[in-house]
Amino acid sequence: MSRIRANTATALLARGEPMVWLSGGGLVVALLMVAGLVGFVFWQGLTTFWPGPVLQIQTRDGNVVLGEVTRQESFRPEPGMAELQEKSAARALKEELAGGAGRLERRLIRTGNYELTGEHFQWVEQFRIPMGGQTTPPWALVLERTAWGRFYGELVAYVVDDSILSTDSESAWALFRKNHDGAEDPLPEGHALRLRISTGVTHDVPLQDIVRAYAPNQLGLGGKIGVYFGRWFEFLTAEPREANSEGGVWPALFGTVIMTLGMTILVVPFGVMAALYLREYAQGGLMISMVRIAINNLAGVPSIVFGVFGLGFFSYIIGGSIDAIFFADKLPNPTFGTGGIMWASLTLALMTLPVVIVTTEEALAAVPNSMREGSYACGASKWQTIWRVVLPRSLPGIMTGAILAMARGAGEVAPLMLVGAVKLAPELPVDGVFPFVHPERSFMHLGFHIFDLGFQSQNSEAAKPMVFTTTMLLMGIILFLNGAAIYFRSHLTRKFTGSKF
Amino acid sequence: MTANEAKETQMAETKTMDRLASIAAGEIVETRIHPELAEEESILDISDFNLWYGEKQALFDVSMTLPRGKVTALIGPSGCGKSTLLRSVNRMNDLIDTVRIDGSMNLGEGNIYGPGVDVIELRRRMGMVFQKSNPFPMSIFDNVTYPLQINGERNKSVLRDVCEKALRGAALWDEVSDRLQESALGMSGGQQQRLCIARAIAAEPEVLLMDEPCSALDPIATTRVEELILSLRGEYTVLIVTHNMQQASRVSDYTAFMYLGQVLEYGPTARMFTNPLLQETEDYITGRFG
Repeated sequence: MSRIRANTATALLARGEPMVWLSGGGLVVALLMVAGLVGFVFWQGLTTFWPGPVLQIQTRDGNVVLGEVTRQESFRPEPGMAELQEKSAARALKEELAGGAGRLERRLIRTGNYELTGEHFQWVEQFRIPMGGQTTPPWALVLERTAWGRFYGELVAYVVDDSILSTDSESAWALFRKNHDGAEDPLPEGHALRLRISTGVTHDVPLQDIVRAYAPNQLGLGGKIGVYFGRWFEFLTAEPREANSEGGVWPALFGTVIMTLGMTILVVPFGVMAALYLREYAQGGLMISMVRIAINNLAGVPSIVFGVFGLGFFSYIIGGSIDAIFFADKLPNPTFGTGGIMWASLTLALMTLPVVIVTTEEALAAVPNSMREGSYACGASKWQTIWRVVLPRSLPGIMTGAILAMARGAGEVAPLMLVGAVKLAPELPVDGVFPFVHPERSFMHLGFHIFDLGFQSQNSEAAKPMVFTTTMLLMGIILFLNGAAIYFRSHLTRKFTGSKF
Repeated sequence: MTANEAKETQMAETKTMDRLASIAAGEIVETRIHPELAEEESILDISDFNLWYGEKQALFDVSMTLPRGKVTALIGPSGCGKSTLLRSVNRMNDLIDTVRIDGSMNLGEGNIYGPGVDVIELRRRMGMVFQKSNPFPMSIFDNVTYPLQINGERNKSVLRDVCEKALRGAALWDEVSDRLQESALGMSGGQQQRLCIARAIAAEPEVLLMDEPCSALDPIATTRVEELILSLRGEYTVLIVTHNMQQASRVSDYTAFMYLGQVLEYGPTARMFTNPLLQETEDYITGRFG
C-alpha cells in the first residue's frame, strides 16, 4: 500500500501539477496586490472631483452646519458622553448605541468659510440630528476661491459697490453667470455675491476671489459632469493654489515629464557606452569583475545617498564653479550652484545607471557570436560590427533598460528633495522667455507633490483627495511613458529579431 | 572472399589502426599529395602551418596549396582541425585570444600572417559562409551590400548592381527581388543561407571559405546550395569544410583528408574517393572509422 502511495506522489511531482498551482498562486497574489493598490488609488482619485450635494443640518442643540459630506465612520463613544447631552439627544444616542453594538455613526462635513469659523471641517454625530434636521437648500452654493479655501452659503443677492442689484436668488445667479463665467478678464471690480452662511448672517464674496461657483443641489447629471471635467481640466492645466491643496498640478506634471525625459536622455547613452566597453572591448579578468560588482552594488545604494551626492557634487562643486566663472555678478545668489532640474536629471541618471548597464550587457551578450563573426568575415572593423550589427540587434534589450530606468526615475522622490524639487515653482523649466530652456531652475515634481500634500500640508484633510488624484496622475504618466517605450520596443523587435511567419 | 584474403584485409585494417594510434600518440606523418595538384595554378600556399589553442596544438605542419578557380573540400572526423584550418585562412582565429600560430600562408605573393598585414583588408579579399546562417538585423539589400557599405561605398546605383549580381549568383534574386527592403530575418532557413552566400560573394572575393554550409539545411535547400557551389566553380576559388562525404564528392574538384590536425592525403576528388593512396583515407571514406 505504502509503495503505491509513494509512486502516486512521485507521479504527481513528475507531472508537475503542484508546481503549476504554486506558481499560479504566486502570480495571483502578485496580481491581487497590484490590482488592489491601483484600484484603490484610481477609485479614490476618480471620485474626488465629483460634486456631492450640500447639506444643511440643524442639530438638536440649534447649531446649523452647511457643507459637503467628505467621509463617514463609526466610532466608540467615550463613557459618560450621554450624560453631557440634553435629553432628546441622549435618548437618540442610547438607542443608537443599543442598535449599533456600542458604536456611533458620524460624518465629517466640509464646512469651509475658514476666515469666519477658523475651521475647514466639522464632525457631526448622527444622534444629534433630529428628524427632518437635514435639508438640501436649493440655493446653497459652493464657491472655490483663490484664497481661504471653499465657501459654503445660500445665495441671497448680487451686490455691486454696496448697492443690491438683485434680491432673489435666481436673478442673482443669472447676473453672476453673466459677469463671472461669461465675462472677459479681468473680472469686474466691486461685484460680489451675498451669501447667507449657516449662522444666518450674510457675507459678501467678491467676484474676483471666485474661481468656480455652482449650486450642487440644483445640478442635473449633465451639470455635475460639467463640474467634474471642469475640475479635471483645472487640475491638469492650472497652477496650484492654497498651499497646493487646491488648483492644479500643471507645473509638477510638466516638471516630472521634463525631468524624466532629461534623465533618460542622459543615462541611456552613458549606460550603453559603459556596457559596450565591458562586454565588447574589455578583456575580462579581476578588474572587470570588480567593476561589475561595483555597478551591481551601486544599484543597492539608497536613493537619498545619490541625492546627497548630487547636491554636494553637481550643485555645489560643479554648479558653484559655473557660477564663479559665468554668473559672478549675481553672487552670492546662486544660479547653477543650487538645486535645479538639470542637476536632478543628472542625479537620477547616476542612480539608474546600473539598471541600464546591466540590462544592456545582457542584451549585448544575447547577440549571437555568429553574427559578429559574420561581420568580421566581411572585413568589418570592431566598431563597424558593433554599430551596424550588435547595437541594432540589442536595441530592444537596451529599450528594456531604458524603460526600467524611466519607471524608477519617475517614481523617485527622496533624492529630488535635495537637488531641486520644491513645493512651489510656477516658473517652468521650459518656457517662452529667452533662452527658452532653463536647466538651472528648480521645479515641481508629482512625487514630491504627493509627499508635500500628504504630510506637509496644514490642511491635510482638504489635501487628501489631491494626494489620490496626484498619485493617479503620476501612475498614469509612468504607464504612458512605459507604454510608449514598450510599443517602440515591440516595433524594434519585429524589425530586428522577429520573423513574419 | 577466401579465408586468406579475409585475413589480409583484417591485417591491413589492424595496420591502419596501428598507424592511426601512432598519429594520435603524436607522430607527424608526411602528407601524401597527388601529382595532379602540381599542374594547377595555386592561389593559396600553406606551408608548415602549426596552430595552438593555448597549450593544445590543433594543426600540425599543414602544407598544401589551393588551386585557383577550383572547389577544394576538407574532410575528416570531428575535431580534426578542418574548421580551424579554414578559419586560419582569413585569420578569424585572431578573435580567440589564446591562439598562437607558426608557419606561413601566402595569398598570391603576400603572407597572410606577415608583419603589418591589415587583417580587415585581408578579410575583404575573402568571403566566408558559416555553418549556421547569420544574416544581420537589417534589410536584405543592406545584408548583401554590407561588405561594400563598410568599405565606404555610398553610390546607390553601384550598390544596387552589386546586390542584384550577388543575389543572382546565389540563385536568390527571383525569390526576393520584390522585397529587398524587408528584414532578412523574415526569410526561411535555406534562403538565409543563400543570402549569406550572396553576401560572401558580393565583394568578389579571391577565395570563398565555406564552413559546413549545408549542415543546418533540409535536403532541398542543400541541393540548391550545392548547385550554387558548382555554378561558382571557375569564377571563385572555394574551400569548403564538410562532414558529408557525398557532398564532397558531388561539389569538389579536390579533397584533402585531415586527421587529428594533420593533412594525411590531398588529391583530386575522383581519385580520393575511388583509389586513394592511403588505406586510412579509404577506411574513412567507406565509413570504417570516424
